[in-house]
Amino acid sequence: MKKWLPYIITGLLALLPLIGLSTYMMHILILVIMWTVIGMAWNLLGGYCGQVSFGHAAFFGIGAYTAGILYFKTGLSAWWGIPLSIFFVSVASLLIGYVTLRLRGPFFALGTLAIGEVCRVTAENLRDFTQGTLGIMLKERTWIDKTWYYYIILGIAVFTFISIRKIINSKLGYYFVAIREDQDAAESLGINTTLYKTIALILSGVFTGLAGAFYMNYMGYIDPEIVFALHDISIITIMVVMVGGVATFWGPVVGAVIMVLLAEMIRSIPRLGVAHQTMFGILLILIIIFLPNGIVGDFSKIRKFFRFGRAG
Amino acid sequence: MALLEVQNVSRFFGGLAAVNDVSFGVNKGEIVGLIGPNGAGKTTLFNVINGFYRPSKGEVIFKGERISGLKPHKICKKGIARTFQVVKPLQRMTVLENVMASAFVRARSRKEAEDAALELLEFTGLIDDRDLVSKGLPLGKRKRLEIARALATGPELLMLDESFAGLNPTELNESIRIIRQIKERGITILIIEHHMKVIMSISDRIVVLNYGEKIAEGPPDEIGRNPQVIEAYLGEAHNA
Repeated sequence: MKKWLPYIITGLLALLPLIGLSTYMMHILILVIMWTVIGMAWNLLGGYCGQVSFGHAAFFGIGAYTAGILYFKTGLSAWWGIPLSIFFVSVASLLIGYVTLRLRGPFFALGTLAIGEVCRVTAENLRDFTQGTLGIMLKERTWIDKTWYYYIILGIAVFTFISIRKIINSKLGYYFVAIREDQDAAESLGINTTLYKTIALILSGVFTGLAGAFYMNYMGYIDPEIVFALHDISIITIMVVMVGGVATFWGPVVGAVIMVLLAEMIRSIPRLGVAHQTMFGILLILIIIFLPNGIVGDFSKIRKFFRFGRAG
Repeated sequence: MALLEVQNVSRFFGGLAAVNDVSFGVNKGEIVGLIGPNGAGKTTLFNVINGFYRPSKGEVIFKGERISGLKPHKICKKGIARTFQVVKPLQRMTVLENVMASAFVRARSRKEAEDAALELLEFTGLIDDRDLVSKGLPLGKRKRLEIARALATGPELLMLDESFAGLNPTELNESIRIIRQIKERGITILIIEHHMKVIMSISDRIVVLNYGEKIAEGPPDEIGRNPQVIEAYLGEAHNA
């Protein structure tokens, strides 16, 4: 059963649009899947390799801007941004890694946080290139209907899931976890920690960039405030994984479902809605205290809690 | 020619010479003990050999090649593995995964890494614990796990940093047996140890450090009679 779970879920998701969901429901599903991709990507670097990044908006934004600038400057379809973003995000990740990966623990986190902000400010000021705060808008989106967007992001998600699973079960996966657990020990056991941390960062960046390039195509409009946002991208990325479960395959999936639904629900509450960031903050604190391994990681704890409740 | 040559190595921290002009060699197939009172510079010397520190002066030669200045992972690939005084198991990995992670340094496939790891767990008597998360292992087993992990990198020289400290007599005998068998496999051993009985019985040769300097070198019985060594080290132990 467990082995077939990914296939069953993919199959069900593939059939879902056929039952004629509303446009709004499709939008929510697309967002959930997109956040799953970003969460899985972050999890590779932060969860498995132990390098907690507060700047994943950098990769998301670079992916989005690859698609946007390509469209705006050359007139080519922004869809080409998806394959092209792999190249541009890799190069950017290499540079970002060169600067930040020499830092450890909280210093790495702060370094990446700064990088995310540097990207945003740069995008705002390179007006000739990025249109600055005006942003880039597609004159018309490829489809009005959401079905194809849904299948494209589902395809990206399946590709990401399979790739990350393959990576984690290979030599790379063992090295990543070894680095997370003790960098000095890993180094003395013959693992080139600088090299493998860079690989983890590039892989994580590329998958995040794919989601970014998709976002450009789907939303039809980007500006630096949106795609390089610290609170709306970088922080939410961490929350998706923290809520779902760090270093688990299904954690980002569960986390994305919860976070997207929660965001929509809280936003629709009158008055209180504007304070959704505050709510997320409280949620994160509660998760860290009671479910430090997230919903998937601490599932046995949750089950025990409910069983206990019934018995008592 | 010696397998490992430490040539006039010094390592300073600020004005303090943690290791001062130390030279000695380790021949292939030997067990060399490195002893000295606390703070004598033994672990610092390990850190220099293994590449965590660059020597401030002097050189480390391994198989005729200068290795000082290389990164630890490169030195490991050349054939030097080590364990840590404060055991550093990869806590949230299982025992098997721990050893596999380092077996991948030589193994070409997952299967190869797993086979090598299982063989080493058998060898170190940890096979029944292979699926336990290493965080939960008792100290004796964690120390053996460190040895298994170091062996998995396929070393020619194994450096053991106090692998016997804090063990009970049964664990002690088990570890001594394992060290002897490692030697039979043709692996050279450089070992730091405070446990006098152990070091005297397993070492072919002993190097004694005190305040960062080498004060004696020779076979165990000679070291046991050396007045300088007794003064610096054994004397303290006898009085205690």
